[in-house]
Amino acid sequence: MNIYQNPYNAEKIKKAHKLLAEFKYDLTPLDKGYANKTLYVNVGDLKIKSKPVTQQMKDIFTAGRGFDMKLLWDAVNENTKWKSPENEIVIAAGAMGGITQYPGAGKSIVCGISPLTGAPVDSNVGGYFGPYLKFSGWDAIEIQGIADKDVIVYIDGDEGKIQILEAPEEDVNSHLISEQVCEMFAKDELDMKSISSVSAGVGSEHAFFGCLNFSFYDRRRKVARLKQAGRGGLGTLLRHKKIKAIVCKFSHLKADSNHVADLDRIKEIAADYHRELYKEDDKQCDMRHVGTVHLVELMDDYDLLPTHNYKFGKHVKTPKITSHVWREMFTQGIPDGCWYGCTMQCAKCVDGYTLLTGPYKGDVVSIDGPEYETAAAFGANMGIFDPHFIVEANFYCDTYGLDTISWGTGMSFIMECYENGIINKEITGGYDLSFGNGEEAMEMLHQLARGEGFGNTVGLGIRRLKKLFTEKYNADPKFLQDIGMECKGMEYSEYVTKESLAMQGGYGLALKGAQHDEAWLIFMDMVNNQIPTFADKAEALHYYPMFRTWFGLQGLCKLPWNDMEPADNGETDEPAKVPKHVQNYVDIFNAVTGNNIDKKELILQSERVYNFQRVFNLRLGFGTREHDMIPYRSAGPVTLEEYESRVERYDKQLKEKWDWDPTGKSIEERHQKTREFREDAYQKLCDAVYERRGWDNNGVPTIEKVKELGIDLPGILEVLNKYYN
Amino acid sequence: MKVLVWDKTKCIGCGQCELTCSKTWFKEENREKSRIRITKEINEISFNACNQCGECMKVCPVEALTRDSRGIVRLNSKTCVGCLSCVGFCPTASMFVAPNEPIPFKCVACGACVKTCPTGALSIQDLPEPLDKVFYRRHF
Repeated sequence: MNIYQNPYNAEKIKKAHKLLAEFKYDLTPLDKGYANKTLYVNVGDLKIKSKPVTQQMKDIFTAGRGFDMKLLWDAVNENTKWKSPENEIVIAAGAMGGITQYPGAGKSIVCGISPLTGAPVDSNVGGYFGPYLKFSGWDAIEIQGIADKDVIVYIDGDEGKIQILEAPEEDVNSHLISEQVCEMFAKDELDMKSISSVSAGVGSEHAFFGCLNFSFYDRRRKVARLKQAGRGGLGTLLRHKKIKAIVCKFSHLKADSNHVADLDRIKEIAADYHRELYKEDDKQCDMRHVGTVHLVELMDDYDLLPTHNYKFGKHVKTPKITSHVWREMFTQGIPDGCWYGCTMQCAKCVDGYTLLTGPYKGDVVSIDGPEYETAAAFGANMGIFDPHFIVEANFYCDTYGLDTISWGTGMSFIMECYENGIINKEITGGYDLSFGNGEEAMEMLHQLARGEGFGNTVGLGIRRLKKLFTEKYNADPKFLQDIGMECKGMEYSEYVTKESLAMQGGYGLALKGAQHDEAWLIFMDMVNNQIPTFADKAEALHYYPMFRTWFGLQGLCKLPWNDMEPADNGETDEPAKVPKHVQNYVDIFNAVTGNNIDKKELILQSERVYNFQRVFNLRLGFGTREHDMIPYRSAGPVTLEEYESRVERYDKQLKEKWDWDPTGKSIEERHQKTREFREDAYQKLCDAVYERRGWDNNGVPTIEKVKELGIDLPGILEVLNKYYN
Repeated sequence: MKVLVWDKTKCIGCGQCELTCSKTWFKEENREKSRIRITKEINEISFNACNQCGECMKVCPVEALTRDSRGIVRLNSKTCVGCLSCVGFCPTASMFVAPNEPIPFKCVACGACVKTCPTGALSIQDLPEPLDKVFYRRHF
């Protein structure tokens, strides 16, 4: 239980609510994983309605992210910007979403036109909201319009009613409002597990990379815990719509709330998986005790841990933030799944933490995380190898509604700019923002939440910062382009990709921006050399993004797929794909829906939605080759300092990989030649991937391809005909 | 705590205990629905039933598993959401699932099988409870 020095009064907050609109509906059981209707809420004109889900919608878009994208497409037009009232936040659970038996099956998928990139984004997040929404009778919720005053959207899945409530008194910051709504909408303490909310803190009112916090009530800790839909600034969009929270209540969760076609088959597969996890996890990633931060030491070992804005891949101080530290800090011995039945339980938590800074200084709180990305960004990339800084900044980023990846990568960029004299103390308000300065970095975070000072400027995100520094401070735009780690406007997550061309494509060719959730190919490519040719890499950059898109269609988490592998996985034909677990997914999908798909159809389901989203990008003015280009820092050494730090590796590659003899050449020449070879290789990679995906040489799906996939809908053909003609 | 204890030297592997168990709890004689499992191999008979260690309580996300006043770990079927965490993480694999039963089940040392065992191989005994290993940390 959190302890606050200035406790709130939930009763007083609730009394201030004013009902603005209400919509009642009949509660009906789900049918094989589907509610077969979606919910439309307009917080501007206060309209609420139900929309049917047709069989065609399921055939083309499956569910989850597919439904999100279809609803978003229908809601916007080619001129829609993120601030436009017609832009939507769309949330769906996925067809398999909410099954309690198999780990990682409670994800919500959120989409909208991104404040950060201007294009459609999708974000996959834990917590109870998506499943509760579906069990309340809705496969998805789309929220359109901009409210006049702060509101809460309330979905009562017990009573069958939707309300828009004027909500003037709630806190905006997520650790408070997520608790407040539990107290206001639950019958009693025991009932708080039935409440899940979506909120974004005050930071998202100022930054372009605001995140959404999805809550799940932890009955043992007595805390509303938070998982983040971090990427793409959808928290910024929520607050722009003046929504304080979207709340869903559902009290009747059972083993078969999805009313699946074959529960016994799911039980059989799930019991086997839980047992496998019980036996294997301690020997493999130890996810159950440290979550994803086990990656910190692994990445450092392979020179992949982004250090000082991705200049380097390791640091002597890394042991200060490796998993042994987190194992001690995380409370052990109680379930930590962000949905029921997730025994992988990577949602770790630091309990009883007394905050040292900011508006909640002195409060004792439970802090979710850090996860690997946060530990790597705040620890190594910003050079602040202090676990307490990482934990405290993690808490504030979450409650302020700020994406830890974008803020961490953005601050790393700022720090390199500071060390290069592009910005100085006069610009930063007197703060020395060199790498490693934790107190100053923390102050930047609090400034961003308050919307003041240079900290607020950081909230622009790297793409807008590059423009600002060039126009206002005469910075060299080429250098900023090289070191500013963003693609499509989205900041990179935390992996050094210089030695893995396939992973450069994993980031650059991802639909929404530089996020690793489509493909993580570094080990296959760099360590195990399993995909040496352009064709091999292109095949991997087709299969994995399609396969991993499927998690978003189903409401699944990626981690149970390959963060624990069967003991005999290494003996299979394609160990990187973890064939047994893929078969589990196929079988469970069939057991939920009563369909009869195979592994091939699984990929096809994804391919339809993936290509639809690529055309959606094109419709809004993106989605072509120029938008897939990456900053050189992700492909090779930008500075001589970086080249010199791995001089033997680079010189050897010039000779052996590129057949260019570096003997007798100056370091400047070798550095330049390395760049030429690497940049050329990235272009060749794009060529190969576009061809494999059935796209033209500019990265646009061909008309033949969309026809083959059966997504040749009138809107799609209109966009493509315009482009091809 | 009360625990069902098996005496290997007396067991003849007749399986009467399994039938009694399923009849008692599911009103049908069906070994798949027994909370005790007797396995017969060529020269070996083995037994599997809950030893009330309580490890399952720690992995249950809804706290549907609790220890009663007699020290027996019981599953509250109204609270259980059928996630099967307890099935996978039982150290002795003594939490069972069966077709057409949405939630798992385990031995609760009711003693019905003790009465019908023809050789007296089963008994209910009072054993010490294990220490609770759950703990929280406070930093700073």
